Amino acid sequence: MPVESDGDRAAPVAAGRHPVHNLWRLRRYLRPYAAEFAWLLVAGLAGTAAGIAVPLVVQRVVDGPVARHEPAGLLQLGGLALVLGVVEAALIFIRRWVQSSSAVGMEAALRADVYAHLQRLPASFHDRWQSGQLLSRITSDLSVIRRFLSFGVFFLVLNLTTYVVVVLLLIHLHAALGLLVAASAVPLLLITRRFGRHYHTASRRMQDQQGDVATLVEETAQGLRTMKAYGRGPELAARFAAGARTLHDTGVGKGRLLANTAALLDLVPNVTLGVVLVAGAAAAAQGVLTIGELVAFASLQLMLIWPVQSLGWIIANGQEAATAADRIQEVLDTPPQIVDAPDARVLARDAVHGRLRFERVDFRYPGASAAVLHGIDLTVEPGETLALVGATGCGKSTLLSLVPRLHEVTGGRITLDGHDLRELRLASLRRLVGVAFEEPTLFSMSVRENLTLGRPDADDDEVRAALALAQADFAYDLPWGLATRVGEQGLSLSGGQRQRLALARAVLGRPALLVLDDPLSALDVHTEALVEAALRQVLRASTALLVVHRPSTIALADRVALLDDGRIAAVGRHSELLASVPAYRALLAAEPPAGVTDATPGRTGPAAPDASTPDGWGLVRS
Amino acid sequence: MNSAEPVDPPGGEEPELNRWRGTATDPEADRSRAEETTPEAVARLRRHSRALLADLLRPHRGRLAAAVGLLLAQNAAAMAGPYLVMVGIDRAIPPLRAGNTTPLVAVAGAFAVAAVTEYAARRGFLALSARIGQAVLLDLRQRVFGHFLRLSVGFHERYTSGRMVSRLTSDLDSIAELVDGGIDSLVLAALSILTVAGILLWLDLPLAAVTLFAFPFLFWLSRWFARASAGAYRRTREAVALVIVHFVESMRGIRAVQTFRREPRNQRIFVALGDDYRQTSLHAFRLIATYSPAIKLIGNVTVALVLCYGGWRVLGGRTEVGVLAAFLLYLRRFFEPMQELSQFYNSLQSATAALEKLAGVLDERPAVAEPARPVPLPTGSGHGELTFRGVSFGYRADTPILAGLDLTVPAGQTVALIGPTGAGKSTIAKLVARFHDPDAGSVLLDGINLREVADADLRRAVVLVTQENHLFSGTVAENIRFGRPDADDAEVRAAAQAIGAHDFIAALPDGYATQVHRRGGRLSAGQRQLVAFARAFLADPTVLILDEATSSLDVPTERLVQRALGTILRDRTALVIAHRLSTVETADRVLVLDGGQLVEDGPPAVLAATDGRYAALHRQWRDSLV
Repeated sequence: MPVESDGDRAAPVAAGRHPVHNLWRLRRYLRPYAAEFAWLLVAGLAGTAAGIAVPLVVQRVVDGPVARHEPAGLLQLGGLALVLGVVEAALIFIRRWVQSSSAVGMEAALRADVYAHLQRLPASFHDRWQSGQLLSRITSDLSVIRRFLSFGVFFLVLNLTTYVVVVLLLIHLHAALGLLVAASAVPLLLITRRFGRHYHTASRRMQDQQGDVATLVEETAQGLRTMKAYGRGPELAARFAAGARTLHDTGVGKGRLLANTAALLDLVPNVTLGVVLVAGAAAAAQGVLTIGELVAFASLQLMLIWPVQSLGWIIANGQEAATAADRIQEVLDTPPQIVDAPDARVLARDAVHGRLRFERVDFRYPGASAAVLHGIDLTVEPGETLALVGATGCGKSTLLSLVPRLHEVTGGRITLDGHDLRELRLASLRRLVGVAFEEPTLFSMSVRENLTLGRPDADDDEVRAALALAQADFAYDLPWGLATRVGEQGLSLSGGQRQRLALARAVLGRPALLVLDDPLSALDVHTEALVEAALRQVLRASTALLVVHRPSTIALADRVALLDDGRIAAVGRHSELLASVPAYRALLAAEPPAGVTDATPGRTGPAAPDASTPDGWGLVRS
Repeated sequence: MNSAEPVDPPGGEEPELNRWRGTATDPEADRSRAEETTPEAVARLRRHSRALLADLLRPHRGRLAAAVGLLLAQNAAAMAGPYLVMVGIDRAIPPLRAGNTTPLVAVAGAFAVAAVTEYAARRGFLALSARIGQAVLLDLRQRVFGHFLRLSVGFHERYTSGRMVSRLTSDLDSIAELVDGGIDSLVLAALSILTVAGILLWLDLPLAAVTLFAFPFLFWLSRWFARASAGAYRRTREAVALVIVHFVESMRGIRAVQTFRREPRNQRIFVALGDDYRQTSLHAFRLIATYSPAIKLIGNVTVALVLCYGGWRVLGGRTEVGVLAAFLLYLRRFFEPMQELSQFYNSLQSATAALEKLAGVLDERPAVAEPARPVPLPTGSGHGELTFRGVSFGYRADTPILAGLDLTVPAGQTVALIGPTGAGKSTIAKLVARFHDPDAGSVLLDGINLREVADADLRRAVVLVTQENHLFSGTVAENIRFGRPDADDAEVRAAAQAIGAHDFIAALPDGYATQVHRRGGRLSAGQRQLVAFARAFLADPTVLILDEATSSLDVPTERLVQRALGTILRDRTALVIAHRLSTVETADRVLVLDGGQLVEDGPPAVLAATDGRYAALHRQWRDSLV
């Protein structure tokens, strides 16, 4: 298998739940269209009635004017057939016209709701779920549901009604023959039940595999440059081929299942017709049935072929819709864990002093066995800049992500001016915090939109100030200035440029709290000095938590905290720590300690004299 | 939403929503080059998509022929029904009245044969056509994916990953829908219409003539629908691509979205894009909502006319009642599939629009093409000389980045590139990795123009490590092995150890077998860089290019990485773009770039002693150390 499965997928239908339970739950999306649906059914049934009436008219023609040689009656009935025909077409037109708007309207509403829910789900959910699986839910799955709710359900009702009405008419025309036809419903029922069960499983498998393929595509698109750099096209193509092949096999299996059933569904009405013909002919020979009645009977019965034949597709469509609804409800049923408390409050920017405290904070990623952060106690005083230093992978970035509540602490608490962050409105908290991540995320939108992400109200002066501060004035020189589309599309920016835009975004509007993850890592020395000088001013005005790798950036901080394996190992001024904490010195000393330069490469942890400690590779503990 | 929250002014919402995307620097950013909007281009694309379809079907000629055979058998059997009803009424009832059951038994027997034949043929046909359809889809999927892989980085930067995803998912879905929903029914309906037309002509010529009267209307109507729906579905495909691009990007950047409270605005944009898609779909659906009942109308009017005219003919004794009955039954079978046909015609139009999009992608020629006659690179050690000969390059024609750059890096030399943003450092790296070809001049490796080197050879020789460090889903070991797929576990482990990544990997829940979920969400940026380095280490190239590749590492780890690479690459050529002078100082040679020009060139110690830019930077760096 080329793609690992996600933990959440293919949750089996909960015991006791009907397979269409989740589909049924989507009915509220049909509610706005209740009136339209009533129209639909009326138009559909009336249209079908008009359709059914035509063979009856034919019977009258054959038995009446033709048998009795009445040309006038012939014209009358012919006229009737014409009127019925026109009415039927008009009703179909009305039905389809109404149907199309409600179907796409419902699809759009459901898609918007899924998207809104996904935006509320926390980062941990998105870490766990592959985006291809999410994408296939809002595209393939939604269109399957749309097709079923607009056409499938409708035809199911219509065709069943047609079936019942025609059978009743047949019984009315000739009780014995009619009952014979009615009896043919039994094998139909058995066939469709069996089919539905098998198809349910197959369609779920297919949809999951479609998600896997979408994930593969998305991931390849993402890693395209890496793929190119290593010339691993053939390997990725093989990986994709394996995924596509699985999809192919499932598709062929599904096709075979459908072929077997569809052929059976064809056989049953045909056999019935044959039996009716023989029996009818016998009855006609005995004079119990007129020839006209037999013709009408046969032609009415031919009307049953299509509803029965289509049953296979409708059931297939219905099963697909049911599993698609399961997949969508899996997302909608995931509760957003990080939400506003019922009595959450708003903090105004002016009322914030900016004392940020971590009190015995623990953090463990959901599903992980080991905690990343243990008992973090740390205070950042109002206006203070605290740098966070530590070896690669020690939990610095995780610690930062707790401040805007991208993740929720699993123990202890974080307070801002004494308020537990969980007591604040999310929107209010995130408005107070300006964040720059280690990877500058830019979207394919205008520069301005990228800067003002959640603050479309930011005015030109604020934007200008932020850009100036981040030394990102280059944005004005882009071909269309701030209206230039950047990000993935349109213009490739260098790593340094992206980082400066991300920094400008973080400082836009002078947030009370700044959380910057190695904000200068991709800048060249010259730009770094300029940004540093500008940052210094901003940092004076706000409380800041910075992750720092380079000795040069430490100068921005008032104090430094050394994070070691998820614990705060030391806090103090840079010079103090440099003098008193060897581990700190090893991390940040300008000159590599003697032990490091002489160490032989290729051995683990040459930087650590006591290489036996599991985390010794980044730190010197001498 | 609380009062402190900014709310978009309700007025001016519309232009706001259109402005967010900004203006692309490349006017063709939204489509492949083949998809111009001129009528000629549309016609050409249409031709190409038909040729593509023919090409996809070609390997299945045998199976297609078998399918058509089964289809004919099924069709013949299905058509026998009404005919047998007619025979039964006209020929079997009179003898039956006389007590002769033989004709009825014969009819019943024929009926049974027909029903069983139809069952078997239908079952066989459906299974076979599903196989063909799925095989075509598989082929198409792989072709498009493979082609996307061949297209240059430049193309992908323009086209965006979201659009690529859209092509390979939504567009293929729409073709799959046709395959599932019954290209078979399309053929069957067309066939049954033809057969019925033949039978009608044979049954009663004058009545058939009345039926034929409907044909010009059907033809005219279908032509209108074909034209209108082609355009409508094309717009649908474009609209859904925008929805997908926005969706994929906002899910990928969900941290930024949440942190910056982008949700409400994203929601408005998504709803607006969804609404565009809804409108275009609605337009397409309304076309079919008009077309399909119009076909029905023509059918019904024809039935009424045939009924009157046929009845009149029966009255005049020119035809039999049974013939009229059969004729009317067949007429239903004539117009009923016409309904189906209109439905599948609709799917066909939708699939065609999607196929055109895919044909557009397949028509795109890779800007960085594989050489027709590749020249092999010299093997063995002591190679890796890089030469830039009069190289000019710009991402856009009006802004050159490099202009006539001449540069030679002898084999085995480690060169540090420094200079301000936009100086062209990364561009040089990308040209050596042949992500792009120069606009003028040439880049040579050991005297061989990169344009003449086979991709596989070039990738073995040259590896570029950037900040990006994409991890593919799979295990950590698989990600390291990406550097050299044939490496065994011990070699993977050795590479990780050499780079200093072993300890953190060993501490992961499943060690080297740990799945890096979703683009390495659980690994920190620094850890991802380490994995990327282990990958490069394992790849063991002749030329290694590091583009800001150590920016997220702490200093000791960075040194460890550098030393490990330094050892293994002591005799290799290396281009290093780094902002830390500690890195630069260890290089054999420093190149200072500005505005695409080489402004300083020399060993770091020598340059530091002059009063040039490097010396200034060097001083700045020294000063910054507390």
